[in-house]
Amino acid sequence: MLNIASELRCLVCQNESIAASRADLAVDLRQQIREQIHAGQTDQEIRAYMVDRYGDFILYRPPLQATTILLWFGPLLLLVFGLLVLTLTLRHRMRSMTDRLLSDEERKRAEALLKLNNIPD
Amino acid sequence: MNRFLWPLLGFLVLVGFLAFGLTLKPSEVPSPFIDKPAPGFTLPQLAAPEETFSPEEMKGQVWLLNIWASWCYACLQEHPVITNLAQSVPIVGLNYKDKRDEAIAWLDRYGNGYIVSASDTDGRVGINYGVYGVPETFVIDKAGFIRYKHIGAVDEKTARDTLLPLIRELNR
Repeated sequence: MLNIASELRCLVCQNESIAASRADLAVDLRQQIREQIHAGQTDQEIRAYMVDRYGDFILYRPPLQATTILLWFGPLLLLVFGLLVLTLTLRHRMRSMTDRLLSDEERKRAEALLKLNNIPD
Repeated sequence: MNRFLWPLLGFLVLVGFLAFGLTLKPSEVPSPFIDKPAPGFTLPQLAAPEETFSPEEMKGQVWLLNIWASWCYACLQEHPVITNLAQSVPIVGLNYKDKRDEAIAWLDRYGNGYIVSASDTDGRVGINYGVYGVPETFVIDKAGFIRYKHIGAVDEKTARDTLLPLIRELNR
């Protein structure tokens, strides 16, 4: 009973489930669910009954449809995008690090210059 | 330049989405009943409980089913508009989870444009119609199909710009 009621959204106070809500409608719907369980309906049948009347909106776990694809895969998409940006940034930074290292020739020149300036006292 | 352009762009997109979200009304849940047959029922009439009302009786006419209750403030708000609409289209009231004497007193006091009101004392028919808040108004066509549902109080603008044109079209 609680199981299915907590998966259904109370339409009056939309952030609460039918199991948790004290709204009048939620009380009535809980009564409906109770009666239907007594009548031997399966969870699936009860869910279908609710969707027939109130639409998919009543489900906290919306079905996979063209309109809900973004809802289902949006977070995954964001994760992939984030990883992509991260790798690109890291690679870019790595390249600029190697650019900053001196080549052999540059190092010799630098040492020579340092020796020139390094006048012994 | 490029360094600031992308975050700025992302920010603007986010603002766009949020602004769009503000224009949506989460309280208006689309009804799965549109273009489906209105659920049948038989209920006692409010004024004469020994007689019943059933949507079957309205076959062949375009009519409105208006869910109301004497305890509902928005119903009082829309009541003049509904009474006015009743001159152009038959309106049936579904008196939702109300006390009979209070409902009758309410109609006596504020006027009664309904051709009949049915008493849905325990709200069962309301649930069958997917009612989740009063008032709600259904437009039902000659064949008994629900064509439109308005959630909340009907104001003059809705009556004039949405309901009446739809009723006119369905009556053709």
